[in-house]
Amino acid sequence: MNISKSPWLLHYDGSSCNGCDIEVLACLTPVYDVERFGVINTGNPKHADIFLITGGINHQNADVVRQIYNQMPKPKVVVAVGICACNGGIFKECYNILGGVDTVLPVDIYVPGCAARPEAIIDGVVKAVALLDEKRKKAAAPPQRKEVG
Amino acid sequence: MATRSVVPFGPQHPVLPEPIHLDLVLEDEKVVEAVPSIGFVHRGLEKLVEKKDFHEYVYVAERICGICSFMHGMGYCEAVERIMKVEVPERASYLRTIWCEMSRIHSHLLWLGLLADAFGFESLFMQSWRLREKILDMFEVSTGGRVIFSVNKIGGVRKDMDGEMLKSFLALFDEMEKELRILSKTFLNDYAVNSRLRDVGFLTKEQAHDFGTVGPFMRASGIARDTRKLGYAAYPDLDFEPITSEVGDCYARTDVRIREIFQSFDLIRQAAGKIPGGEIAVPVKGFPDGEHFMRVEQPRGEAVYYVKANGTKFLDRMRVRTPTFANLPGMLETLKGCQLADVPILILTIDPCISCTER
Repeated sequence: MNISKSPWLLHYDGSSCNGCDIEVLACLTPVYDVERFGVINTGNPKHADIFLITGGINHQNADVVRQIYNQMPKPKVVVAVGICACNGGIFKECYNILGGVDTVLPVDIYVPGCAARPEAIIDGVVKAVALLDEKRKKAAAPPQRKEVG
Repeated sequence: MATRSVVPFGPQHPVLPEPIHLDLVLEDEKVVEAVPSIGFVHRGLEKLVEKKDFHEYVYVAERICGICSFMHGMGYCEAVERIMKVEVPERASYLRTIWCEMSRIHSHLLWLGLLADAFGFESLFMQSWRLREKILDMFEVSTGGRVIFSVNKIGGVRKDMDGEMLKSFLALFDEMEKELRILSKTFLNDYAVNSRLRDVGFLTKEQAHDFGTVGPFMRASGIARDTRKLGYAAYPDLDFEPITSEVGDCYARTDVRIREIFQSFDLIRQAAGKIPGGEIAVPVKGFPDGEHFMRVEQPRGEAVYYVKANGTKFLDRMRVRTPTFANLPGMLETLKGCQLADVPILILTIDPCISCTER
């Protein structure tokens, strides 16, 4: 796989129980270390290429998630980490949970698990890197021109 | 008078792994007031007791928060056990105690890492989390999970630790303790770390009492209160004293938490020496009827579980008062008068757990 660019990652805790959040952070620390793929955790949406969301969407955070997504530059990839981000998980029946992240954003990659294991998260991030490359190529392709005369 | 301005802080912020929003009212660089707005992580899981039966609800209780997941599960189980008058086997109580203390070590190491990250000491953050991974490996060996174990059930625990496993754990704890001593020297003696932690965010003993703070945040202000002393699980058999400090600033809170990790190592050793043989669970029949308040000392402080049952398989009410909720008024008080640049550290030194608070 050719990683031509070092993708930066933004993590937001939707309404998760923290379990997936600390596993996302664990990915960045010595044992798992996603930095070897060039991935850096950033706090600034305008620097980010990959948007990792843990936890489901509720009434209060739907706008926050949407706003962060809109601030990110194109191309961007959304990764839903953990079963709650995929479809609501154990909290699906709660009155305040609207559902998974795909209720408000187009999700590219789903990482299952409760809590999602670091290996699974890294796998999701590596897939996101490939997808990012693909999206970038598509965006960079020159527009088709008609030959004149 | 300097003009006042309002700086929004959060919900998405580099130092916050979890969302909380504060409106900071500033006079120049000085914080005059902090107005919180919470609810970004609210799920409404207390109401799930109406949809999941009381055995199944253990899984929900464990997911109140992923950091103290074991203790949430245990607090709920012990509350229901007391309503149903179930006698938990002694071995199960000891196993619960050992896992509790391991959770405390993992939580405090996690917090030390986040604190280091907040004052910009990246390698200290990495070292703390490297050490924490060892505890997670032990969790995985003994329960099968890294973060959420599902090892508690009403009437006991699901997994046992044999003598060999305990012995290997004790050897690993010895190693960890040595490494932690080196790490704690940097946290407590390093010049740069000291300059960020000392003399900021004072909370006096009176304030700590009046604002109803709990846990290390309270103990760092000189109040020696530890819910473990009330005696649940196997704690009545173990010998320990609450760890306190008289100073009440950010440094004192760091100091108290580091000493608590060493205390946890000691408690695990004591428990491993005294653990009796026998069953790890008893069968539970029938439905609970009655109510109970259960108090548990979590890494962040005292958590209260109120369970009200009505004799059917669904509970009437389950209510959790989490430590961060009790600590928020104290935190807002310490924020008054501090510099804007110190705000992240002050928020972190109460060890906030937002997903507990908002449930």
